[in-house]
Amino acid sequence: MAQVGLVVISHSRPLAEAAVTLARQMLPGVEVAIEVAAGTDDGGLGTDAVAVSAAITAADSGDGVVVLMDLGSAVMSAETALELLDDEVRERVVLSPAPLVEGLIGAVVVASGGADRDRVAAEALRGLAPKQAHLG
Amino acid sequence: MADTAGLTAWVQEFARAVHEHRDELTELDSAIGDADHGSNMDRGMTAAVAALDATPPADPAALLKTVAMTMISKVGGTSGPLYGTLFLRMSGAIGDGSPAAFAAAFRAGVEGVVARGKAELGDKTMLDALLPAADALDAAVAAGRPLDAALEAAAAAAREGRDATVPLQARKGRASYLGERSVGHQDPGATSTVLLLEAAATTLSGS
Repeated sequence: MAQVGLVVISHSRPLAEAAVTLARQMLPGVEVAIEVAAGTDDGGLGTDAVAVSAAITAADSGDGVVVLMDLGSAVMSAETALELLDDEVRERVVLSPAPLVEGLIGAVVVASGGADRDRVAAEALRGLAPKQAHLG
Repeated sequence: MADTAGLTAWVQEFARAVHEHRDELTELDSAIGDADHGSNMDRGMTAAVAALDATPPADPAALLKTVAMTMISKVGGTSGPLYGTLFLRMSGAIGDGSPAAFAAAFRAGVEGVVARGKAELGDKTMLDALLPAADALDAAVAAGRPLDAALEAAAAAAREGRDATVPLQARKGRASYLGERSVGHQDPGATSTVLLLEAAATTLSGS
């Protein structure tokens, strides 16, 4: 059973932590490795690629990591963080273009069931599908 | 020479200029962005100068890498990864700090910004100042001009590129959400890029 790690990158620490709370609420009592890299170190809005690379390393148990992010500098910090990682770790990381909240919820559910990295990334990517189906 | 002392002076002068123009950069960014370019760049460059003070680097490559990692970590906005990548790629190519090596390193840095930002000339970004500056620097160094004169030519090209962003419609970053409303405003990233080149022209010399 794979243990894929998840990383949430946001400009805002409260936003990232609330998204994680919302996702964990789906599976009370189930452990999934979710690391947060969000906000500047003085508590403001922003992203930090060095913190992102540390979060990826912390979330990685060897089965891969799926990284979800909000917008703008979060995307570029994610890409920059890859440059800072060892080659071996970098190969196990997927940067997901999924919407942050919906993607994270889908990813947490399948990751907790032991799905592999590509399956977790695919589930994140289809995170908007239920909402799109409902709203037509 | 773009040696350790020269590059330190460059970084310090850029930090001073960013601090002096902090409000102007933020004002430009409030028109077409998220109003944080001045404060973000000031925080990043203040931290970069402090990092160089705390641990004086042994050589030009180490100096540029320290600046890169500090910008990547401390700026917070998109200019962190972009300026950070510029300095990081320069670090790998600075060599002996001769004018030719500096020009090659600057070109490598600009190519890093292109790869990171996936923007092109005319997208109303810092590249509208960086790309003409790299072209002018290469041409002047190839013609055998001393580094300070070559960098003054690069700064002049960057100023022209910055001014040319005013009528453009933004196609990248937060400003692109504004569409036609971004027309008529000078790009904040191109504006801070001019400060970077002007700081280089006043601190680096040699032939």
